[in-house]
Amino acid sequence: MLSYNFNWSIIWTEPYGQWMLQGIWVTVRLGFICWFIALALGIIIGTFRVTPFRPLRIFGAVYTEVFRDIPLLVQLFFWYFAAPSILPKSIEMWLYRGLPDSEFWIVVVGLSIYTSSRIAEHIRAGMQSISQDQYYAALSTGFTHFQTYRFIIIPYAVRIVMPPLTAECLTVFKNTALAMTVGVLETTFMSQQIEAYTFQGIEATTAASLVYMGITLAVVFLMGLVEKRLAVPGLITRSGGR
Amino acid sequence: MGGLDWVVIQKNLPFLMQGLLTTFQLALVAISGGLLLGILVGMARLSSIRVIYYPATAFVNIMRSLPLILVIFWFYFLVPVIAGRPMGDFFSACVAFVVFEAAYFAEIVRAGIQSISSGQVQAAYSTGFNYGETMRYIIIPQALRNMVPSLLTQAVVVFQDTSLAYVIGLKEFLRSASIVDAREMRSLELYAFVGIVYFLVCFAMSKLSKRLEAKRGHAQ
Repeated sequence: MLSYNFNWSIIWTEPYGQWMLQGIWVTVRLGFICWFIALALGIIIGTFRVTPFRPLRIFGAVYTEVFRDIPLLVQLFFWYFAAPSILPKSIEMWLYRGLPDSEFWIVVVGLSIYTSSRIAEHIRAGMQSISQDQYYAALSTGFTHFQTYRFIIIPYAVRIVMPPLTAECLTVFKNTALAMTVGVLETTFMSQQIEAYTFQGIEATTAASLVYMGITLAVVFLMGLVEKRLAVPGLITRSGGR
Repeated sequence: MGGLDWVVIQKNLPFLMQGLLTTFQLALVAISGGLLLGILVGMARLSSIRVIYYPATAFVNIMRSLPLILVIFWFYFLVPVIAGRPMGDFFSACVAFVVFEAAYFAEIVRAGIQSISSGQVQAAYSTGFNYGETMRYIIIPQALRNMVPSLLTQAVVVFQDTSLAYVIGLKEFLRSASIVDAREMRSLELYAFVGIVYFLVCFAMSKLSKRLEAKRGHAQ
């Protein structure tokens, strides 16, 4: 064994405890913002993939394939280092210099788009599991195409795919850790900064691990509540709690 | 910016390909090692013996609640402490990936084993096989065949995940591109190139997995 001096108090001594708390706040904020944007985008793109209109279907298919088959980290680097150079010079300057927290918002863009492509696949699967008759019934009662999707198909589909959506929600919070690579001061970044200052890498990483486990438990609990509230009677039966 | 300049790719191609090779090596170790360990953990998850079931379940649940980056850092710090000497980026990345991906493979394996009818187990026992032989010759081969599409999908995920070894400085594909970028200042071309290469590999693999799935569905 290499000699390693454990010093667990490092986690809560000043200023490291403070850093950790700030990191947790950024992680939670980033996760929530990305989750809601990704959910909205994912539902839209997922709907595109099952509409009768061919151009929308093709757009949806290309979107999901492209963003699912490129690693998230590569996408983040693209949005952060490469994409701004396509924009006009003045906007590029504003992004890097003017906008406070520009890294944060660039990660929001990258992570939301990546996650939405995954959510779209679940939504599509959910929609395809709904009988065509629902669709025709809605049309025959005088709903427009848009209303049919808005009030009949999407509410059904989202409920059916609640379990995979819970998993995606967990993945979003875990993926926020990648934001550290472009300099967002979230939990993982803070834990590694504590390591850089104190050389107590194992303690700092343990603390961050506990934070993510806590977030996981909270998300599972919250999504469980949502699932119970939204359950369609007689449609989804889950044997036993988890 | 003065237009696109793809010469930068051509000029640095050998260096970038070296990185891609490292990515493939890491992915190969992660997939094969992760699958092997995953089979063991997946079997343990189905065990009726508590001292086997609970630790395996805890392992899977803990790993699945942690971001991969964190696990990579974990082993980056832990491996030298356990081994007693520095072991290098590639080795600690390999350990981290095998352990992390094993948790995900284990869940696939568990589902695969559960898809085999329990009559098969009883039939095997009644012909005189013991547990190990039953698993080795009867259950696992059938289960693996059922799991092929999910395993391929997971293999694509693992291949993408290897880009995260960037954070400990391992010179894989993405890190190679960022090293070139630091010298050449050609972010757009370089990251677009990296994205395209990843896309082509992953797209081909996921198409293959869809084909296999369709074929299997057809046969049933």
